Amino acid sequence: MTQTAYRIQGATGEWEVVIGLEVHAQVTSKAKLFSGAATAFGAEPNTQVSLVDAAMPGMLPVPNRECIRQAVRTGMAINAQINKWSRFDRKNYFYADLPQGYQISQLYHPIVGEGEIEINLDEKNPDAQTKVIGVERIHVEQDAGKLMHDQHPTRSYVDLNRSGVALMEIVSRPDMRSPAEAGAYLSKLRTILRYVGSCDGNMDQGSMRADVNVSVRKPGGELGTRTETKNVNSVRFVMQAIEYEASRQVDVLEAGGKIVQETRLFDPDKGETRSMRSKEDAHDYRYFPDPDLLPLELDDAFLEECRQSLPELPDAKRKRYEKDLGLSAYNAAVLTAEADTARWFEALLAEGARVQKKSEGEVAKASANWLLSELYGALNRLGRTLEDSPVTPEDGAELLALVADGTISGTIAKQVFEIMLESGGKPAQIVEEKGLRQTSDTGAIEAAVAKVLAGNADKVEQYRGGKEALFGFFVGQTMKAMQGKANPQVVNELLKKALA
Amino acid sequence: MPNSTDKNALTDLTVAEIRDGFRGGAFSAREVAEAFNANVAAAKALNAFIVETPEKALEAADAADRAKAAGEALKPLAGVPIGMKDLFCTEGVQTTAASHMLEGFTPTYESTVSKKLWDAGAGMLGKLNLDQFAMGSSNETSYFGNVISPWKRKGGDNAALAPGGSSGGSSAAIAARLCPAATGTDTGGSIRQPAAFTGISGIKPTYGRCSRWGIVAFASSLDQAGPMARTVRDNAILLESMAGFDPKDSTSLDLEVPRWEAGLSSDLRGRKVGIPKEYRPDGLNAEIAALWDRGIEWLKDAGAEVVEVSLPHTQYALPTYYIIAPAEASSNLARYDGVRYGQRDLPDGAGLQDMYAATRAAGFGPEVKRRIMIGTYVLSAGFYDAYYTQAQKVRALIARDFELAFEKCDLLLTPTAPSASFALGEKQADPLAMYLNDVFTVPASLAGLPAMAVPGGLDAQGLPLGLQIIGRALDEQSVLNAGLAIEERAGFAARPEKWW
Repeated sequence: MTQTAYRIQGATGEWEVVIGLEVHAQVTSKAKLFSGAATAFGAEPNTQVSLVDAAMPGMLPVPNRECIRQAVRTGMAINAQINKWSRFDRKNYFYADLPQGYQISQLYHPIVGEGEIEINLDEKNPDAQTKVIGVERIHVEQDAGKLMHDQHPTRSYVDLNRSGVALMEIVSRPDMRSPAEAGAYLSKLRTILRYVGSCDGNMDQGSMRADVNVSVRKPGGELGTRTETKNVNSVRFVMQAIEYEASRQVDVLEAGGKIVQETRLFDPDKGETRSMRSKEDAHDYRYFPDPDLLPLELDDAFLEECRQSLPELPDAKRKRYEKDLGLSAYNAAVLTAEADTARWFEALLAEGARVQKKSEGEVAKASANWLLSELYGALNRLGRTLEDSPVTPEDGAELLALVADGTISGTIAKQVFEIMLESGGKPAQIVEEKGLRQTSDTGAIEAAVAKVLAGNADKVEQYRGGKEALFGFFVGQTMKAMQGKANPQVVNELLKKALA
Repeated sequence: MPNSTDKNALTDLTVAEIRDGFRGGAFSAREVAEAFNANVAAAKALNAFIVETPEKALEAADAADRAKAAGEALKPLAGVPIGMKDLFCTEGVQTTAASHMLEGFTPTYESTVSKKLWDAGAGMLGKLNLDQFAMGSSNETSYFGNVISPWKRKGGDNAALAPGGSSGGSSAAIAARLCPAATGTDTGGSIRQPAAFTGISGIKPTYGRCSRWGIVAFASSLDQAGPMARTVRDNAILLESMAGFDPKDSTSLDLEVPRWEAGLSSDLRGRKVGIPKEYRPDGLNAEIAALWDRGIEWLKDAGAEVVEVSLPHTQYALPTYYIIAPAEASSNLARYDGVRYGQRDLPDGAGLQDMYAATRAAGFGPEVKRRIMIGTYVLSAGFYDAYYTQAQKVRALIARDFELAFEKCDLLLTPTAPSASFALGEKQADPLAMYLNDVFTVPASLAGLPAMAVPGGLDAQGLPLGLQIIGRALDEQSVLNAGLAIEERAGFAARPEKWW
């Protein structure tokens, strides 16, 4: 497949865009990075705040091992170097949402070093171009609280629930060259985080957000001055922000202007970025090693435990689905794109193999097809997701087993599935209660065939005259007469015999 | 044992004597508490206490008396009332760090060290005055007015003298028999120098021995709590109750607390005491030099071998300290911003930045502001490497000096301070002259080593002079033992004549 480079057409010719992302991902942990306070989303303001989070006098941070573990596992999942010695630094600045007056972060010695993420520009097209995006580092740091400006006409309120929550900052190399690549990187990163379980990836809840660094240059030329658009909270917005920001920069440069290194904000309503503060107003953060904390030293046993706890990752899983389960590249890609989908599929597969007493490979195709067409179709219609699916993997496996062993036909299976969706009933029970069991009773089918042929003498004539396409019509009529419950193979045989 | 009605005699007792006398039935704990409460109430002129808590002292005394009456096992400090430096957060009792910033601040929590003391049966006589945020060597930076030393110069000079700092409330109160012992904290000499100025003893243990949790932070990598009392034995007794691992302080040492009191021995045969030549600069006060020589003789008399050693980087200790301590302080004190607790100045129509400026301008005294500015400066972009990074390197060299010296000896003997107590106001105008008070105490702080001040005698003006013993990391026992050897030979029995 040939690559079509993303180019911005300016008045002076083509421009190339250079993109790097700094993604803040909230670490999945019941407790904060340096305190025992809880981290649940949506709690009442200031109900998840410890003395440490509120920076009361004399309070000290103590690292939460689980947060460190999740950062290490994430690093391992992107084949990154894990630094057995790292250190926390203080980033000093005043703001009302920052009780300590500094954020504890890792500037000089991050816990995770160089790694990489492979992106696929069209995840559903396995032949599409893949590209490796470098990850410079992952470090852990504290989140700040939240200011609320809409509670009082002249005053602002502070909610410290998020204060001290653990974040991973995942910093990419400036390796992306189009909004699509940035979108694919962010999606892939989110997939990996969800597989690893180190971040829930819920961008709408702020669990994951991106600072987008964009610059433009003539293709292959010197790097341009970059801007940083802060806190963009969806894949679509990231792509929009890049598109807008890149063409804005081209306009500025072509008008003879200069790009100012600055921090910008993205306005999702207008699809624009706008200036927040320039480098001249930038804080001097006065980073220095946090004297309340010892350097973080990781031993081999801890690293080994982290490694052992890693699940099969999306790339490996996709390859296995293709190779071992014989799924199409498309199906393998879709089923592995989200950890939840793969988990659901594998539950369906395991249960299917168990009830049908077959190997997973033998039930894989039918399971994949059913999940991606029947179940997804139904969920879309109902506006639901796999997470709140009314049908469980066990129910799905039972339904597929009924088809596989000839108890019901594929057509009846669709009916049964509809009933399952509405009533939440079990497939075998529905088949029994509604009398949907497929019949191979030749007597009954012969009678139906005879009736159909008798009632369509003209078509029989035509068929026998050579219009063989009419066979399907007879099958349909017979099935209808049998209320769909006839074994289609038996119907075929008996019809052929009767029409001979 | 004194007669139980002789209140003055009770307040002359040491911690060990109170403990043992109470246990032996010579007097009740309540009698002791009442005697000290009376002395505290009668000593307002010394301004040693910011808050007096006679009811707390009585409560602990009554609990001790009840336990004794019931025949229960008595806690190690049962019947012993003490003073608490107002840098330790005490639940339900105002904690100010002698600042306007925290005036009226009442913690909902108890510092680890104070809690350990209360758990050991001690009672609290009150919160002791100090230099504001523990920054100072004379107690003149307290927002609540300076403590006045109970000592006077001989010969009719009625000048009010400095009790030393920052633990000046502790030193004055012990010397004046307002409490038998007190807590101090030592960042660059804040236990040792005031002890020397008032003719008492005090030990700064190895960094990490005592938890910093709940102590208002000055410079985290240097701050260390320790006891102050009139005898070496009393220091050993208190330190045993104060020290110990605390999971809430990442820098606290996870080690058993030695039984220092049981290990006390003034027999120094086989021990080598090093005399660092760099501590004898040309202009050294002759009386201090003479005392030092006497100290050497006393240690020889106790069986020790005395050798000359070199600590070549000593001259850089003070400038190194005055980079590192302010750097950490500038960040540690950022939390006092008027948002959540303590002082808040909100001028009409003020925004957030205005509130910060107004609050901090009003809440901090000049010395605290000076150190915040120094600290902010040395951490600033462009100056960080020249100051902070360089200071850290020198700090490592100073620690190395001690390591090398301790290959040749077990202990070091030096003066505690370069002079006896000075008159209040005498050095206030010249911060550098004030900083020189720490010249002998700061090196051990930078190296995190245990160091103790013991009184050695009086100068020609009748003011106490102290000697300092520095030991290897974790070897408080040897430090205490050498202190005991000096104590026994110096026979220091002088006490300030009551004028208050």
